Amino acid sequence: MADIKIPPGTAADAPGPTALRPGRHSPPVGLRRQRARATAGSGRMAALLVSPTLLVLSIVVLYPTVMALKESLYGTKGLDPKTGFIRTTEPFVGLRNYGDIFGTGGDRFWNAFWNTTFFTVVTVGLETLIGVAMALIMHKAFRGRALVRAGILVPWAVPTAISALLWRWIFNSNGIANALVGHQILWTTEGFHAKVAVIIAEVWKTAPFIGLLVLAGLQVIPKEVYEAARIDGASALGQFWHITLPLVKPALLVAVLFRCLDALRMFDLPYILVGAQKNSVETLSMLAQNEASNVRFGPASAYAVLLFLYVLLIALAFVRVLGTDLAGDGGAAGKGAGRNRRVRVPALRRAEVTA
Amino acid sequence: MKIRTTRALQCSTALAAAGLLVTACGSSGDGGAGASAGSTSFQGRGPITYVAGKDTSGVVPKVIDRWNRLHPKEKVTFIQLPTDADSQRQQMIQNAETKSDAYTVLSLDVVWTSEFAAHQWIDRLPEKQFPLRTMLKPVVETAKYRGNLYAAPASSDGGLLYYRTDLLKKAGVTRPPATWSEMTADCAKVKKLPEAKGMSCYAGQFQKYEGLTVNFAEAVNSAGGVVTDANGRPHVDTPEAKKGLDFLAGSVKDGTIPKEAVTYQEEDGRQAFQSGKLIFLRNWPYVYALAEKSKAAGKFAVAPLPGLNGPGSSSLGGHNLALSSFAKNKATALDFMKFFSSEDSAGTFLRDASLAPPYTDLYDNASLVKQYPYLPVLKQSILRAVPRPRVVQYGDVTSAIQQETYAALTGSKSSTQALKDLQNDLQHATAQ
Repeated sequence: MADIKIPPGTAADAPGPTALRPGRHSPPVGLRRQRARATAGSGRMAALLVSPTLLVLSIVVLYPTVMALKESLYGTKGLDPKTGFIRTTEPFVGLRNYGDIFGTGGDRFWNAFWNTTFFTVVTVGLETLIGVAMALIMHKAFRGRALVRAGILVPWAVPTAISALLWRWIFNSNGIANALVGHQILWTTEGFHAKVAVIIAEVWKTAPFIGLLVLAGLQVIPKEVYEAARIDGASALGQFWHITLPLVKPALLVAVLFRCLDALRMFDLPYILVGAQKNSVETLSMLAQNEASNVRFGPASAYAVLLFLYVLLIALAFVRVLGTDLAGDGGAAGKGAGRNRRVRVPALRRAEVTA
Repeated sequence: MKIRTTRALQCSTALAAAGLLVTACGSSGDGGAGASAGSTSFQGRGPITYVAGKDTSGVVPKVIDRWNRLHPKEKVTFIQLPTDADSQRQQMIQNAETKSDAYTVLSLDVVWTSEFAAHQWIDRLPEKQFPLRTMLKPVVETAKYRGNLYAAPASSDGGLLYYRTDLLKKAGVTRPPATWSEMTADCAKVKKLPEAKGMSCYAGQFQKYEGLTVNFAEAVNSAGGVVTDANGRPHVDTPEAKKGLDFLAGSVKDGTIPKEAVTYQEEDGRQAFQSGKLIFLRNWPYVYALAEKSKAAGKFAVAPLPGLNGPGSSSLGGHNLALSSFAKNKATALDFMKFFSSEDSAGTFLRDASLAPPYTDLYDNASLVKQYPYLPVLKQSILRAVPRPRVVQYGDVTSAIQQETYAALTGSKSSTQALKDLQNDLQHATAQ
């Protein structure tokens, strides 16, 4: 079954690394069988099969990215003081938009940068803890399990904009949050409490996502492993620490990676819940949106490009650092090949679950 | 060739000699266009579109149907955009940036006129074809850019002071306050009543959003200051502006304005007023009908906004009709704009949807005043109103105002410092 699903990816990948890395002479045992099948003919076939995908990708991904890069080199259309009309052409300014971001707009940029990073680290951290707990609960066999699973997934099903509105009511000056806290906190004003409000709403909404992916990971762990552990007298905590966590790690890492990338692009939740241009919760996406809404597409693109680079950097670092660290067979399998395999497997598993 | 030269010569001679109008000569060629409205010619008849935010009243389709019945060959299609103003503006800008002819007549928020006109996204309109003299003057001003008409006023809006008549009467106050100090004095009297336990004095819209710009501009104008002058240059680092901002910031500090009001938008304030938490509230006329249905019914009335030394000035709300530069069938569009912004249509909008009209007469109409008792006060409010800054980069200007005013209201900056910084930011924003 796996063979039916994988071919385009495997066939494209398999000759790739060997061609690109001529230095590696002895591929690991596990991969030799795969590579042996990849002859020149099947390589051409693979290229043919993948080309439509590449075409679509270059249209929907590469072209907009290149256009954004190009746009970011152009400035704002100026106002002609004589006629009172805006000039029709955008001046080419080179890298000045980037210079402005770090120069005159530096405070605002770094504030948004740290907000974005802070939100990502804190929300993804909390979501992981809560998500794993949710998955363990959903995985347990008990009466009404279906109901609990559905209940846990509800927040993930609510659109972000709607959940932001929902939480705005909760955090209203006379809302439920203040009734529970017992004194009036003005959540949607500037300040650390605004950050807290965003974090609570974000974690509420997305912890179920991690729960869902971890649940998928839990379901493929064979029961025999636990039986063996029980016979050996391992405690519940020991089982969790030494069996569940290592085995569920691939799925968990994919979930965390996805959440990190999402959190870095966070926009609608702080925008609707707390408001536009609130320094305490302004994120990088909000800066780009703000520039674009004032018809300054050049600077907006520059912000978008910087955000893109930041996200790309985090994604790469994630795959490199955590990807290598995760599998026990990392040393034996050779780093490059091991990386490829590890990322793909959980992704497939996830596809099966969502399907 | 020869003929043309001769004619041109004749024309110029005639013009020079007799001072004839361009039309007399231009009629032979296509040069007649733009005689009345810059370079625009209003040509082409056929179907067009009308683009506005979501219509919750159901009255817009009714008026459009009337037009469609009268003009079966020039049908108007109503394109509804989302409710919030930012998305409406964004979609209209996108349409203009792609030079699409999908949108013909645009319903613009009054503060967008300059931006749309400066980008040449909308056409200059022939002033003589709209009954501007029968309209309230401040409303007409919102439709102009650099002295030229770019939109037809369709609806207006002004701020009103809602106050609790029952409490004021009980405290022995016979008429609503005209100044800020009268208002705080009245509050002090009302607060001595047992019924006023836990009530706050006054609130407006002080969350960091467009409403804050409206309230800041009102405070500054009501203290005799200006945010921007007639040429769009900012003047906020002045003693008058400081008095205005001090009224807001000082009131939050001493509790005249409740602390939580820095989270208020229109609806939060309305609810606070209706549930008996506020003695005075600054809000728009739409609140009147809703408050009449709440438990505050019969206990409130409206007055013009108070000021520093006398009645204050409101900011102007409302919408204007503009013609997209990239549209087709502009002759039909112009006729439709005249029809849609006519006194007759404005009357329908007022009766059925309580939209404030731009026409002076309608505010004095006895049957309408019976239906909407706030009309005479609203007329006063609009006549004394000042439009928000009419600048091309309105987005930057309003952000800067919100940023500094909010800092002053929440106490993170002194009002002197906030205004100094604001003057700086505004100079930077309007210099572009």
